[in-house]
Amino acid sequence: MDYLNALVALANFVIVPGLAYGAQLAIGALGVTMIYGVLRFSNFAHGDTMAFGTAITILFTWLFQSWGISLGPLPTALLALPFGIAGCALLVLGTDRVVYKFYRAQKAKPVILVIVSLGVMFVMNGIVRFVIGVRDINFADGERFIISARDFKEMTGLDEGLAIKTTQMITVVVAIIVMALLFYFLNKTRTGKSMRAFSDNEDLALLSGINPERVVLVTWLIVAALATTAGVLYGLDKSFKAFTYFQLLLPIFASAIVGGIGNPVGAIAGGFTIAFAEVTITYAWKKVLTYVMPESLEPDGLVQLLSTDYKFAVSFAILIIVLLFKPTGLFKGQSI
Amino acid sequence: MKNILMATTALALTAGSAFAEDVKIGVILGFTGPLESITPAMAAGAELAMAEVSESGALLDGSTVTAVRADSTCIDAGAATTAAERLITSEGVSAIMGADCSGVTGAILSNVALPNGTVMISPSATSPGLSEVEDNGLFFRTSPSDARQGEIMTAILNDRGITDVAVTYTNNDYGKGLADAFAGSFEAAGGTVTISAAHEDGKADYSAEVGALASGGGDVLVVAGYVDQGGSGIVRSAIDAGAFDTFYFPDGMVGTKLNENFGSELNGSIGSYPGTDSEGASMFFGLATAAGFDGTGSYSAESYDAAALLMLAMQAAGSSASADLKDHVMDVANAPGTEIFPGELAKGLELLAAGEEINYVGATAIELIGAGESAGNFQEIEFADGVYSTVNFR
Repeated sequence: MDYLNALVALANFVIVPGLAYGAQLAIGALGVTMIYGVLRFSNFAHGDTMAFGTAITILFTWLFQSWGISLGPLPTALLALPFGIAGCALLVLGTDRVVYKFYRAQKAKPVILVIVSLGVMFVMNGIVRFVIGVRDINFADGERFIISARDFKEMTGLDEGLAIKTTQMITVVVAIIVMALLFYFLNKTRTGKSMRAFSDNEDLALLSGINPERVVLVTWLIVAALATTAGVLYGLDKSFKAFTYFQLLLPIFASAIVGGIGNPVGAIAGGFTIAFAEVTITYAWKKVLTYVMPESLEPDGLVQLLSTDYKFAVSFAILIIVLLFKPTGLFKGQSI
Repeated sequence: MKNILMATTALALTAGSAFAEDVKIGVILGFTGPLESITPAMAAGAELAMAEVSESGALLDGSTVTAVRADSTCIDAGAATTAAERLITSEGVSAIMGADCSGVTGAILSNVALPNGTVMISPSATSPGLSEVEDNGLFFRTSPSDARQGEIMTAILNDRGITDVAVTYTNNDYGKGLADAFAGSFEAAGGTVTISAAHEDGKADYSAEVGALASGGGDVLVVAGYVDQGGSGIVRSAIDAGAFDTFYFPDGMVGTKLNENFGSELNGSIGSYPGTDSEGASMFFGLATAAGFDGTGSYSAESYDAAALLMLAMQAAGSSASADLKDHVMDVANAPGTEIFPGELAKGLELLAAGEEINYVGATAIELIGAGESAGNFQEIEFADGVYSTVNFR
């Protein structure tokens, strides 16, 4: 029996990747939930908004690299992130001015806005491909690992290695900072409070003198920042590919809905729930169990609850169960 | 009515006659869809062979050959069937060079080629399922079945003394077929496949798959996927987590992207992909370069060979009709006879006209076995100093 090795194996293959992926989903889901909360529609273009912000960030990263500017062990992309956010903000504000404003003035039903966002999604899809192409792009530089599996084994003398990537650490740290800033903004500042008031009851907010266009503007700015940050963190950790970002939309929506759409705390909880559900339920426990069980009880099979083919089925099963028994999500969001 | 009658009479008169005619060959490939980047070079390869034969004037007393292109889409069986139907009924092609992907090839074969009795030679359909399909002797392919690649992979791993491997495959016909073929062959040779797990292409995160694969364990991770799709994501994740150090890459994974994406992290990893050291290959590259396209493109050489075999078989049969030429494809492709290389199609046609036997070697050192598929030649690759290079031919 060897609990230490079991723990390390579990951390390496489940906990660390789950935390990083969960944080990426959580920031993405925060963006979706903000739009739903304030503007009252499900924004299907969110995945492509992330891709656009990331594409701009990559372009600035390349520019900085060609100038020889770097952050040492940290990826240059962090330096380029504010520029990516600015580019993304211009795009979403432009989209709002050209497309959504028209429908808002008509007081269009949410379902119409959803379909409109679907159209925006396809346009953004094309724009991203024009800007940066369809290729797989790896733009992470600096130190790859805080500790690599091999170094960990040598340091501790254990059989199992634990790898922690710089990007995973950055993801978690940035996610915490972003969440803290967002909650401070929503709960303590005047603008944040007016946004929540607008979200709770639009008519009452208008009567009390809140400028709706300003609330919409600020919402889009925050969404641009969240989307770009989520996209860049994801791209640093894995790689950038326009098509993958489009696919990210599904787990992000699942996260937002499981947590309770329109509720920021729920988005974060949902992100981690979906990420860990994907990793743990399809994990083959053989490796961990071999360490903790007495030799006679060691498993022969893989001890896998479900094959990895079903990992998406798992997140959607959770989604359906939550919607059946708690339609407003784990944390009280708006019912759909 | 009168016109139709005359036209059909005229057709009946010319068909099967030994007079010079304009032979049409269908080139049905996925010009749109997932393979759209490699199909132009494939079509160019096939049309190069046709141009060579037309210029020589040696085919069936000076007949010329025209290519008629159609789009198989690679994935849409309905669209592919319609396109093939059009080739045969309205364009009146004698035979078909194609299709490219295994799924649409099977669909065209059973829905169009069989009922119409048209010969098909596919340059790139590698699914093992097509070996057993009912084809009335009409279907051939110039690429090897994936079952063959499974045997090659087993031989390479055995030679290196590797007995425990984990397998991950892209969740489609190609990945599943190759993984199954490999597992069958590897286990028969005494090896153990610790886990065989599918991965979806283009997904956000592969930690779950890599976690399961690492739990299964093994000396080598076999990645039966695509280098510009999920395959690279799996390799990235596996290296980062320290789950596997060495990998085995079948044909879908071998590409310069591997060097770019991973470099020296792959040192010691191995792989295999179709290729030959036969001089036919370099002769074909020379012809292709002169014709202005890239002869090193995937399955471009196989397409040249497929078209060449069709025309040589027509000459051997003395007729451009599928019903006649189908029995001669195997004869012209295999020994005995004079060896024919790319650029020598005129010589082959003349020998056949003189009643002599030929052995078409072509650009891929082709040898048709079993139900009419290429025996296959593979190059074994190995990574050293961050790039892969061919170390052996099998």
